[in-house]
Amino acid sequence: MITIKLKYQVEKDDFMKAGQASSNLKKVLKQLGINSKIVRKIAIATYEAEMNIIIHSEGGSIDASIDPEKVKIIVRDRGPGIKDIELAMKAGYSTASQKVRELGFGAGMGLPNIKRCCDEFAIRSSFGEYTELSITIYHSGNNTEEGGE
Amino acid sequence: MTLEEVRHLLDAEVLSGHEYMKKEVSKAFSCDLMSDALTSVEDRTLLLTGLVNPHTVRTAEMLDISGVVFVRGKVPDEDTIKLAKENGIVIMITKYTLYVSSGILYSNGLEGASILHN
Repeated sequence: MITIKLKYQVEKDDFMKAGQASSNLKKVLKQLGINSKIVRKIAIATYEAEMNIIIHSEGGSIDASIDPEKVKIIVRDRGPGIKDIELAMKAGYSTASQKVRELGFGAGMGLPNIKRCCDEFAIRSSFGEYTELSITIYHSGNNTEEGGE
Repeated sequence: MTLEEVRHLLDAEVLSGHEYMKKEVSKAFSCDLMSDALTSVEDRTLLLTGLVNPHTVRTAEMLDISGVVFVRGKVPDEDTIKLAKENGIVIMITKYTLYVSSGILYSNGLEGASILHN
């Protein structure tokens, strides 16, 4: 497998297209024959991050790099940033609006859930400027389907 | 338990994925917040929810969920059904509440899916 790079733009408040980037990435990973459990973890982490861009930022991008060993995803947004990262990482803490909660999100599980799904996780933010997540999930040696569908 | 058995037990109507009713589910998860559903990671899970919008189907897609039951008689819109069809996800609607639907399935042997904890 050569290294495959994918880039997705995600717009602020675009709930109609929400999940399209994660859905596309998931389909590519499945086509590459990566283990379905690992694909699911990557899909969950990316979907949570995609929703975060839509809900909390002024827009941003998702860059995925798939090589024979790992999938690395960089999620970077423009926007308010996170004032207190430690607090944002706490399960149940959320600044989401009522509208977002009515859509089924904003339980305050996003960032902790992303961290749980990946092997390496880093978050950087400058308050008032941006938030950047670096998510790495290793798949090497797990490229056979198990469990099936 | 097959999705057909779920349909029968919940007296449900199938709105998408009629061809997949023989698929098996071994666990179930009930919630109205998709953020909570996303903490479930088990194979062959059934999702029961009162949240009727395309995000429910997107969440199901991410989790490899093959069947979604909308409870309390809620009917999804065309966009939601279309997205489910595109992704091969079964959609059913039942008039039972979330509590009663879950109780019926649990008492018939469908256990709860576990979630990831910190």
